[in-house]
Amino acid sequence: MAGLPSYPNGSPRWLLAELTYRCPLQCPYCSNPVDYAMHQNELSTEEWCRVLSEARALGAVQLGLSGGEPLIRQDLSALVLHARELGYYTNLITSGYGLTAERIADLKSSGLDHIQISIQAPEKTLNDTLAGTESFEQKKKVARLIKAQGYPMVLCVVIHRQNIHLMSDILAMATELGADYLELANTQYYGWAHLNRDQLMPTREQFETAEVIAQAYKEKVKGQMKIYYVVPDYYEDRPKPCMNGWGTTFLTVAPDGLALPCHEARILPGLDCPNVRDFSIREIWEESPAFKHFRHFDWMEEPCKSCPEKIKDFGGCRCQAYLLTGNLNATDPVCSKSPLHHTVEEAIHLAEQDRVSGSPKPLIFRNSLNSKTLG
Amino acid sequence: MIQDSTRLGLSPLYRLQWEESQQRFVMLYPEGMVELNGPAAEILKLCDGTRSFSDMVGTLETAFDTQGLRSDIEELVQAALDHGWITILS
Repeated sequence: MAGLPSYPNGSPRWLLAELTYRCPLQCPYCSNPVDYAMHQNELSTEEWCRVLSEARALGAVQLGLSGGEPLIRQDLSALVLHARELGYYTNLITSGYGLTAERIADLKSSGLDHIQISIQAPEKTLNDTLAGTESFEQKKKVARLIKAQGYPMVLCVVIHRQNIHLMSDILAMATELGADYLELANTQYYGWAHLNRDQLMPTREQFETAEVIAQAYKEKVKGQMKIYYVVPDYYEDRPKPCMNGWGTTFLTVAPDGLALPCHEARILPGLDCPNVRDFSIREIWEESPAFKHFRHFDWMEEPCKSCPEKIKDFGGCRCQAYLLTGNLNATDPVCSKSPLHHTVEEAIHLAEQDRVSGSPKPLIFRNSLNSKTLG
Repeated sequence: MIQDSTRLGLSPLYRLQWEESQQRFVMLYPEGMVELNGPAAEILKLCDGTRSFSDMVGTLETAFDTQGLRSDIEELVQAALDHGWITILS
């Protein structure tokens, strides 16, 4: 007889360092917590260096330097230098806003391996509206500066109902900018995106049309541009695997030092995530209740509990389960086996109602004022 | 096509690195990583732009004290090219 399936375990491979929640842009699909303005006590350079060293010693090798806008940190080059000396592969995940040729050269000499920039839309008016800041021309200029410094051009475009009809133009823009990698990230509904879900979620037809265009283009530019297509999981039958297993691969450290098994996990009630100011990364990874909380199958309810697919998807996303059902142990309702799958269908229906209403709700922009009001 | 004189190098984005915690070589690239087995790592280490493909084969056959490795090496090199880990320099 086969034994019980064992939950994977492992040391962190990926460290996402959210250096700051400050950001000059106001994208309404931001994945940062809605109450980010309450968590302003940023880690110092020395504290970040310790986090990087300790996580590297445990086996972390991919480092995402993110935010907010990581360029706001004046010590970014110092952190890159430290990370590179430790042997990390360093990924800067930025809006590109405010990046200059000098800063890119400085980051490069510090050992930065790669820069990913995001553009909101393939045309100025929509880009600047979504970003909440006039930034389109500057971002395109930055994309060219990055190429000119010998970096590959890694472009990310977040896809949602406000720009999904422009898929062909998005692809043309990526080619025009000489993108080597293009990430087409369908919006995941957390943080600000969850708040704006009715205004952001495309219809099934819109997403299927866009996907056909993107997949055809992927074939066309094979060998020149790699296209990653992040699927919108509200239209899937099965949920995405929760972080490749909870506390098995990914470690996020938020600007205020909170250590999270997933960058959305701050929202889960009662999880009580540890802070790097109080514990070492080893203690956090190996001993903290938060990192052990879902690192097994015992918390599961039916239908997950007896489902053979639980070893593949780990019950789906805990944060999505909580956001849609209020129960963090529920089956991710994206799963068609979930008794609460109708919550996903209702969300799709509400978005559709907003779309056809003729008077769509205004987008709520991600800024400190809204964060303090809504958080 | 890989020929005797072909020189191979790692692609600009890629880094081959020993990982102490995993006790193996890995190939690192933007937001990703491939864990390599021993033979793959030995082959990719020689893709450093300084030698021809036939030199690579000779070096590996000497190192492993085995003849007839050419087709195995070519297969892995071709797969690495297809994945974009390495490029043909000349």
